[in-house]
Amino acid sequence: MEPTISFFSGFAPKDLLFLGEAAVRTMWISVLSISIGTVLGVIFGWILYEGKWAAALTVAPILDVFRSVPLIIQLVLFYNFAPIIGLNLDPFASGVVILTIYTASLVASVARGGIEAVDAPMRRAARSLGMSYWQDLRYVVLPIGGRAVFPAWVGVALGVMKDSALVSVLGYVELLKASQILITRTQEPFLILSIAGAFYFALSYPISRYAASLERKWAQ
Amino acid sequence: MIEIHDLHKYFGSLHVLKGIDLNVEKGEVLSVIGASGSGKSTLLYCINGLEPVQQGKVVVDGTDVHAKGTDINKLRQQLGMVFQQWNSFPHLTALENVALAPKIVKGKSKAEAREIAAQQLKHVGLGDKLDVYPSALSGGQQQRLAIARALAMEPEYMLFDEATSALDPELVGEVLETMRMLAEEGMTMICVTHEMGFARDVSDRVAFFHQGVMEEIGPPEQIFGNPQSEHTQKFLANVR
Repeated sequence: MEPTISFFSGFAPKDLLFLGEAAVRTMWISVLSISIGTVLGVIFGWILYEGKWAAALTVAPILDVFRSVPLIIQLVLFYNFAPIIGLNLDPFASGVVILTIYTASLVASVARGGIEAVDAPMRRAARSLGMSYWQDLRYVVLPIGGRAVFPAWVGVALGVMKDSALVSVLGYVELLKASQILITRTQEPFLILSIAGAFYFALSYPISRYAASLERKWAQ
Repeated sequence: MIEIHDLHKYFGSLHVLKGIDLNVEKGEVLSVIGASGSGKSTLLYCINGLEPVQQGKVVVDGTDVHAKGTDINKLRQQLGMVFQQWNSFPHLTALENVALAPKIVKGKSKAEAREIAAQQLKHVGLGDKLDVYPSALSGGQQQRLAIARALAMEPEYMLFDEATSALDPELVGEVLETMRMLAEEGMTMICVTHEMGFARDVSDRVAFFHQGVMEEIGPPEQIFGNPQSEHTQKFLANVR
């Protein structure tokens, strides 16, 4: 009798390393998208706040589209149609671009809320000291409004980190994609997904804890 | 010197200031009294350019506040302002609150700015609260902090917009005491106030505003002892 050929092999310690590397990629794509997206989002939020009707006609509808269309559709559309206009981006770059815009569209509302959280008398007081518009924005509105909406921003950031799993549909081997590969080989979905979940938790939890400690410090 | 010529201010169709003419000399303490909505606070906002005006002008030391080429941020350094709400910056300690503007507006070094701030906080009696956050200060202390913050810019003039109106009654005294001290030091002050005692005792002149018009102005003895206008008489009869 001929020996059976097995296409499957069990979960090995080196697979943990494979998942670990994938987790680093998840972190990397998230850190990039969240940082750039936050900076853009703050600028958009400021435009929404200051632009009034002009912004309502231009920036607001665009942000609404990115906020409303499921991320997975945005990713697939962008990845497949960008080459038509000459943008040949690999899955990682495509993922960063879409996640960044997606983050920016969410942060824009948060940022506008933050600016609105600093009431007019406070800003008048700052201006009465001789601060310019930009100094008021930088030294008064940013720190006060930023603290007011910080918890909301942390929510957005953690959400985007988890949503980065969707970049797997483009073939980028981040945490979720790596899990799928291992599941196919080992046929142990329960074990592998638990480990992947633990990695996501390990990425999120320190951020939540750090955010909570910052909030406690500010609450003094 | 602050010169106000034929000043008109509208909020939409509401005519809030109806042709104010007023000069305030260096070293003078002017109290502005009158009912709510008489335009007193708006006058202060027009003086330091926080509100645009529709007609007339305000000239501070020869500079037209509302002229196009005026560097309003520079001019405001001459015009310290204290508001009804103290608006302390909640994320900064008392010392940092006061040091912020000297540092970023005047470009003082961090050490210099902190030195000035500490000095001004001692000046208003908060020398032991330098590293305290505003949330741990009483309303009266926060208002004195606001005064120190304005003084740290070394202004030539101080504008007080009902600085004691939002305070609990037992905290009014300490703020008035600070304002009195400034007056005695020779600071030029315009105080919009409901504190008739302060207006009578501390000011050189008192102006009575009624529905956007300056009805009467004169030394406190005249305004309180022998008011000429019927509206002034009525107002004072009501507040006493």
